[in-house]
Amino acid sequence: MFRKIMTPVDLGHLGDLQKALQVSADLARHYDAEVVYVGVSAAAPSATAHNPAEFKAKLTALANEQAQTHGIKTSADPVACHDPAKDVDDALLKASRDTGADLVVMASHMPSVLDYIWPSNGGKIAEHAKCSVMVVRG
Amino acid sequence: MAEETTNQGIPEPEGHSDLIETDYEIGQDNIEAKIGPFGLDIHNPVFLISGLSVVLFVFYSLALPEQAASAFETAKSYVITTFDFFFLSAANIFVLFCLLLIVTPYGSVRLGGADAKPDYGYIGWFAMLFAAGMGIGLLFFGVSEPMSHFSSSLAGTSVGEGGVRTDWAPAGAAGGDEAAAQRLGMAATIFHWGLHPWAIYAVVALALALFSYNKGLPLTLRSAFYPIFGDRVWGWTGHIIDTLAVFATLFGLATSLGFGAEQAASGLTFLFGSGDAAEGTRSFLGITYGNSDESGVANNPALLVLLITGITAIALVSVVRGLDGGVKVLSEINMGLAALLLLFVFFVGGPIFLITLFFDSLAAYFQNIFALSNPFGREDVNFSQGWTSFYWAWWISWSPFVGMFIARVSRGRTVREFVICVLLIPTLVCVLWMTVFGGTALNQVVAEGYEGAKNAALELKLFYMLSQLPLATITSVVGIILVVVFFVTSSDSGSLVIDTITAGGKVDAPVSQRVFWCVFEGAVAIVLLIGGGLASLQAAVIATGLPFTLVLLLMCFAIWKGLVSERRA
Repeated sequence: MFRKIMTPVDLGHLGDLQKALQVSADLARHYDAEVVYVGVSAAAPSATAHNPAEFKAKLTALANEQAQTHGIKTSADPVACHDPAKDVDDALLKASRDTGADLVVMASHMPSVLDYIWPSNGGKIAEHAKCSVMVVRG
Repeated sequence: MAEETTNQGIPEPEGHSDLIETDYEIGQDNIEAKIGPFGLDIHNPVFLISGLSVVLFVFYSLALPEQAASAFETAKSYVITTFDFFFLSAANIFVLFCLLLIVTPYGSVRLGGADAKPDYGYIGWFAMLFAAGMGIGLLFFGVSEPMSHFSSSLAGTSVGEGGVRTDWAPAGAAGGDEAAAQRLGMAATIFHWGLHPWAIYAVVALALALFSYNKGLPLTLRSAFYPIFGDRVWGWTGHIIDTLAVFATLFGLATSLGFGAEQAASGLTFLFGSGDAAEGTRSFLGITYGNSDESGVANNPALLVLLITGITAIALVSVVRGLDGGVKVLSEINMGLAALLLLFVFFVGGPIFLITLFFDSLAAYFQNIFALSNPFGREDVNFSQGWTSFYWAWWISWSPFVGMFIARVSRGRTVREFVICVLLIPTLVCVLWMTVFGGTALNQVVAEGYEGAKNAALELKLFYMLSQLPLATITSVVGIILVVVFFVTSSDSGSLVIDTITAGGKVDAPVSQRVFWCVFEGAVAIVLLIGGGLASLQAAVIATGLPFTLVLLLMCFAIWKGLVSERRA
């Protein structure tokens, strides 16, 4: 049913993502699909990486590690943008088209009143992505 | 989290660059928390100290207004009169240093590693660095400054007791000679808006870009000092540098916001107000408002508070929309409008006259640059201290903000390209702007005998000049829109910069933090405006120019050291 599952990851907060990572791996095994891990970062040094090349290496390492642990096919797709705090939604939507994913599995926080004026990343992706989206609550 | 980032070697960045190995992890001193629904990721203690010290300073200037005013004013005049030689020499060094970078082989080092691609195209990049750097000043001073120097030069020199000159004319003045006074006036104005201020910005921006994009250090001021202080920059040395930068940026923006609102309010009541200025009944939107020297009506803060709230609201939308969707778009709109206004004044002001004046002013600038920039044994003390030294301290106190912002958008350029675009092109644009606006106004005085702009209050000079040209209503409205939008573009980029510094160099801190700084800035401006204290806090900001000058000189050294270890393309 699904061939390619896109899973956005925040390398700085892997602890919060364990559930989403597990779900995407389980689905990948079930449907025999590939998981592509997408990470969004700025070109400026961040807590995760000092530069885009280092970021790519870390994301690839994560993809390889998941492949070994779960016995699935994986790849990594680092996306650079100018203002990650703001642009992350658009960057992920673009990545969902560019990677050709037919399912997005992503983690999201618990909804709160603030979501009415300030939609969550997961909410926005689910609303605008062309493919199926599964939002995993943390 | 830190444990995710350690234990992995640092691979090559994009092509060769020389990473600095340090045990410091970006964000290691940060506090991450959740207050209600708002996420928080702030540097400890920079966020807290700078926030608190801003509040304390505001309290001080409101609780003891006279004492605060005299303390800050004394500090400012002491700094600009005692250290005038220091400011002038330092600014000369920055210009020479930048010119040197263009011609040395280090000019081919690329920011972001040898294979990095530029983040922005030329137009967006240039619009952003210009709108943050000096956009607003051009509207204030484009007409008024050439006029001031022209008038003081024309009046000639006068000597007071003890043989000290009491006039404010630049260099040797040009008593009674209108043509010479005009040239000197243009040269002095261009001197204050040309190579020197842009060299100041370029040094700070280059240092930050180099140490962040090539060396992998966080995008915050302290990183530029790594070659000098080593790992101590992650301790209190760095906290102090960063806090000082936040302080200068926030108060610089808040005080400018206050004064900018006054210009916009004056312009609005002048153009669209009802009632009579002479009788003191002029009002706009039913709120009485006058610039006191013309109408005798005291400034009513209500209109100003409305304007600041409006400007802050637009800035808020812009920061929430982010760098590309907000700041860049507004900067481009603004540059487009400014270019239209420039072209309009150029064509109706007399293109042939203005082209001639452009080259003549440029020539006058280079003929006078040595006399005007000479730090020692100046006879024109009022000019060199009251104007030049003041300006240099002002530009320098703004440089952490503008420098950080330019660095943020300049990744992927070579050092040579960077210096040419941050130093030489803005200088030429400033010469053009000053020629068109100042030259047209001067021509009104010299050739047409119209003294309206010459006699008008500072914030109205632009509108009086435009009133003599066709389509005055439309161009004046464009002028007011430009004033407002230039404030928005300073305010939003300033909030981004303060947010990045107080998040320890993280550019991906939660959006709610930049919202906080943007609102805080507007609130400080309103409080100072109502309570009084705009002028005294502006004086405090200018006084911070002194420590920053030292900081900038050290940066030149750090840049050089940093470039030597990079591979040249």
